[in-house]
Amino acid sequence: MDLLEYQGKQLFAKHGIPVPSGEVADTVDEAVAAAERIGYPCAIKAQVLIGGRGKAGGIKIAKDAEEARAHADAILGMDIVGPHGEGPFRVDQVWIEGGSDIAEEYYASVILDRGEKKLLAMVSAKGGMDIEAVAAEDPDALVKRHIDPTREFTAADARTIVADAGLAEDALDEAAEALVKLAEVAREEDASLIEVNPLIVTAGRDVIALDAKVTIDGNALFRHQDLAEIADTVDDPQEQMAKEKGLTYVKLDGNVGILANGAGLCMSTLDVVAQAGGAPANFLDAGGGSKAEAIVNALEVIKSDAKVSAILFNIFGGITRCDEIANGIVTASQQIDLGMPLVVRLDGTNSEEGLKILAEADLPNLHQEKTMLDAARRVVELAGSA
Amino acid sequence: MSIIIDEGTKLAVSGLTGREGSFHGLRNKAYGTDLVAGVTPGKGGQDVEGTPVFDTIKEAVTEAGANTSMIFVPARFAAAAIDEAIDSGVETVIAITEGIPVLDMLSTYWKAKEAAVRLIGPNCPGVLSPGKANVGIIPAQFFDPGPIGVVSKSGTLTYQIGNELKQAGTGNSSIVGIGGDPIVGSDFIDILTMYEADPDTELIVMVGEIGGDAEERAAEFIASEVSKPVVAYIAGFTAPPGKQMGHAGAIISGSSGTAQAKKDALEAKGVRVGESPTETAQIAAEMLRSL
Repeated sequence: MDLLEYQGKQLFAKHGIPVPSGEVADTVDEAVAAAERIGYPCAIKAQVLIGGRGKAGGIKIAKDAEEARAHADAILGMDIVGPHGEGPFRVDQVWIEGGSDIAEEYYASVILDRGEKKLLAMVSAKGGMDIEAVAAEDPDALVKRHIDPTREFTAADARTIVADAGLAEDALDEAAEALVKLAEVAREEDASLIEVNPLIVTAGRDVIALDAKVTIDGNALFRHQDLAEIADTVDDPQEQMAKEKGLTYVKLDGNVGILANGAGLCMSTLDVVAQAGGAPANFLDAGGGSKAEAIVNALEVIKSDAKVSAILFNIFGGITRCDEIANGIVTASQQIDLGMPLVVRLDGTNSEEGLKILAEADLPNLHQEKTMLDAARRVVELAGSA
Repeated sequence: MSIIIDEGTKLAVSGLTGREGSFHGLRNKAYGTDLVAGVTPGKGGQDVEGTPVFDTIKEAVTEAGANTSMIFVPARFAAAAIDEAIDSGVETVIAITEGIPVLDMLSTYWKAKEAAVRLIGPNCPGVLSPGKANVGIIPAQFFDPGPIGVVSKSGTLTYQIGNELKQAGTGNSSIVGIGGDPIVGSDFIDILTMYEADPDTELIVMVGEIGGDAEERAAEFIASEVSKPVVAYIAGFTAPPGKQMGHAGAIISGSSGTAQAKKDALEAKGVRVGESPTETAQIAAEMLRSL
């Protein structure tokens, strides 16, 4: 689960990492009122879960109320696309914070290194720009050190890292302290990624986190009540509906609805549909559920996406038997009017029985296929062009 | 031969008294796995259809001779259960539980390493050595004994490929689900090492997915350390960046962890990568015939 910048900064403040004070606003009037309280110059920053906001015009400095109004008006409601094509993300909130007198811009992060199974601290004196580009052009400018999981990460450890990264001598102690606290946030808040870009030194030589990108481990939310509340708010209506029904759903932008059992098989189903020339509308892992209720829930979520014009139900029955799933589909079809073709591919345990049940039920607009590839071709043909 | 589990496996199931644990534990037993104990704190002295239940894994080891532990404990208690298993004296711990906080696994991973205990999972379907033993939730009916070793991050996708291999008339030495979490006890490289050393494995099928760099690391390792042919499949070419695709570990972060990067890394080292599960099984069956 990713946090918005201001949520990340609130988490930093809780752990004693210096951040600029500010306020969040949902409307232009609120934003101007907040700017008036904070004073000028102030920064008006789009709150979306993606980097590259500055380039996209989502971060502006206001010198007076008139500028604050103009910037807030431009930023609220804009769509921001990420550097790797993520999104677009609609801006519903802005964060207004006091302008900082920047002397130096650094980069600091603590992330989970999956390959090495350790937390990895990274620091660079070249902050305020795309760190992947910095690392590609000048690898030595980004200092990477693993945090020893068997002992405490101390200020001395952190000081070596920030010194090796070539940060200004008079900022080393404060930067080291910030890095120790970032590692503390990782451990105590179950954050698998914490990135501060830029970590600035002000003209008065204070070290401040000017940005915050934080990812919290969704599996650990049971021990973080405050963060769990943030996780409950989802923007997308289909994703919200799926969440309420307890389904694992990711919305995409195609017209072929997908329902499969198991995360891996579901991803593979999306790929095979794309190979057949189709555009998947979603990822939905039906899990081991064969009950009509679970199938109805899943179909309702898929159907609520207006773009969807045909649905593929791809099942490989393991412990879940295909005859049970077929019965579930028959019952579900009595409870929900899909109004579009449903292609069903049943394979695995008791698939013959399952296919027979479906054939006998003779459901309108239901198409059976034996293999995954045939099912993908069929659903793409039925869905038509997006 | 086979890897990780076989006729000598003596299994203790943590969570055997729960609904899922008893269902799958008893299925494993019905397959022929030597189920020697269940473990549930506070339920020592009971039994589950004749299998004795102990309060601790340690007792399952000393009293019932368990050498393999399977963890079917709810997520928030699972890392502690794995830690207990690591300290108990078993050789292998297979953790099925999904949803364990990744930082819990970070310390558990290093604990297992230090104790030299083989940890498989978590968030995995377990291990099956056809004709010998089944520990986990893999449906054994799709897998016959044979020369292909399978290692995979995914469950149903593996059953799909296994079923196609069976229809092509071949079978498996073992099937290992390493799990879909960001931190798992054994990576592709660990399992590839074991298949390379296993005389009954002639070919290896590796099933990966988006997220992390385990497939890229495996590609390097295959090039230098694996003499047996490897066929791979990668899921998630259509996955958007930044979205978790079911498994906690299946997420493209920025530009890293994409299916294309993994496919390219494997192909650069001469590993053939199937376009679909079906094609992957076909390639494996063909390569086996030409060995």
